[in-house]
Amino acid sequence: MSGVATADQPAAAPPAGRHHLTGRARSERRLAGMLVGPAAIVMVAVVAYPIIDAVILSLQRSDLRFPNATKFIGLANYGHVLSAPVWWQDVLHTTIITVISVGIQLVLGMLLALAMHRAIFARGAVRAIALIPYGIVAVVAAYSWQYAWSLNSGWIPKLLGLTTDPLSHQFTTYVAIIITEIWKNTPFMALLLLAGLALVPDELHEAAKVDGATIWQRFWRITIPLMKPAILVALLFRTLDAFRIFDTIYIFNQGAQGTESISMLNYSTLLNRLNLGLGSAVSVLLFLLVALIALVFIKGFGAGAAPGGEAR
Amino acid sequence: MKEQAKQRSGWSVALLVIVVASLVPVLWIVMLSLKTPATVTDGSFIPQHWTLSNYKDIFNAGVFTDALRNSIGIALISTALAVLLASAAAYAIARLDFPGKRIILAVSLAVAMFPQVSLVGPLYNLWRQIGLYDTWPGLIIPYMTFALPLSIYTLSAFFREIPWELEQAAQVDGATPGQAFRKVIAPLATPGIATTFIIVFIICWNDFIFAISLTSTSNAQTVPAAIALFPGVSQFTVPIGDIAAAAVVVTVPVMLLVILFQRRIVAGLTAGAVKG
Repeated sequence: MSGVATADQPAAAPPAGRHHLTGRARSERRLAGMLVGPAAIVMVAVVAYPIIDAVILSLQRSDLRFPNATKFIGLANYGHVLSAPVWWQDVLHTTIITVISVGIQLVLGMLLALAMHRAIFARGAVRAIALIPYGIVAVVAAYSWQYAWSLNSGWIPKLLGLTTDPLSHQFTTYVAIIITEIWKNTPFMALLLLAGLALVPDELHEAAKVDGATIWQRFWRITIPLMKPAILVALLFRTLDAFRIFDTIYIFNQGAQGTESISMLNYSTLLNRLNLGLGSAVSVLLFLLVALIALVFIKGFGAGAAPGGEAR
Repeated sequence: MKEQAKQRSGWSVALLVIVVASLVPVLWIVMLSLKTPATVTDGSFIPQHWTLSNYKDIFNAGVFTDALRNSIGIALISTALAVLLASAAAYAIARLDFPGKRIILAVSLAVAMFPQVSLVGPLYNLWRQIGLYDTWPGLIIPYMTFALPLSIYTLSAFFREIPWELEQAAQVDGATPGQAFRKVIAPLATPGIATTFIIVFIICWNDFIFAISLTSTSNAQTVPAAIALFPGVSQFTVPIGDIAAAAVVVTVPVMLLVILFQRRIVAGLTAGAVKG
């Protein structure tokens, strides 16, 4: 390396400035590599290796209870999963919970963002209080709501005058789980929307007001269109997160009452039934579904523009 | 004048709704934790008989104090490592010109969107083979990894706000890019780093899925996993009071962080999300 540099020296002598620049650029790149390298290596190693391992495991009959029966069986695990009604039921459960909870989070999150943005007094206090659900441990939130709904201990059945346990019926269990998700995640949705709200210039609202636009018209014609990128990013993040729902369902009933999600199925196949092959097939399918959702958002709606680096 | 009064009362109603909706579930778990075993299932919001015995129980039983120690240690180490690695990467992304910047951001985004449960099987398998199952590093490695994307986004957003000129001035005065980073940018970057630290700490502190899958004993079990596996007095009773008390203990530090640093957390999360 240094040999080449000294050999170049005489020839490059006249445009010394240019040589100096490229040298600088090169050292800048080297520094960048050193700085980015460790984080990149960690992310790729810790995520990529297990993905590859999951793909390999998913092509094998691999059951920890029968370690000697391990063998390559091609796509049989996938055939097994995709032909099992439980997989499709769990896809449906997960979709129901995701669509309803994220939809309501969007509406409530927008209201909360507007409230935090337009706060007349007590702005700091309202932000701090509204953030509390975000900070709470997910397991704690799930326990609080589960005990609140349980006929055995809760204040909600008492308030509603229920005589049977709401958590023993499918519909009310869904209501309870979805409320838990909404309560826990609306603050984060609101924060993502608040960032978009801050980008809407006040002057536009003032001008529209002068022209006689109602508050409703201003919201739909000015705020919403300008916030579209922020809304899409918020929806993307929340949808992917909701689709992976695990903690709340584990704490509530481990998927009983027809509430099992794909993540719950994945966990129980892997760690309760110790069937690594079948469980890994579920893992890979879940991963593909999540990637598909992300792709639809990014390509279909152009949501990727904002969280990517190019916004700079 | 009249409109202003109307606005104020409208805002007061909104404020009340936000406060009630945010706090009722928190107050409920606090109330549960203060009920006696005999009244814990009476369904009243406010305890009939107040007691601190649930707290005494959990602090006397080794399970909870071990889990608390694991939670604090694992979350702190994971957060420190993630913020350290992410600071270096974010500095390069915000300040340096290099090929592959988009790739690293794309990789971060992919990791952020990754369904974590998909890693549970392979990690469980691998950790058992190489002896990381039920150890601190066994949790620190995935926590650190999944905290990196958000840390990188948030930190690079903060780093972009730092005045360029100071770094250039330092370099004109003869500092290398490395020195400019340590002596000039690092002190200016401290608030952003502190904010990221808090946000990442909350994420690591809250994790459940890795904790329940990759640990099995008080060796490395964190509080969320320990709570979910709390043994009852008999197998037919759920230790509601103990669970509630443990839940309150793990919630309080994070709630204090959120309340004390709400302005920064809002700034950090919104900067990372949109300006990125």
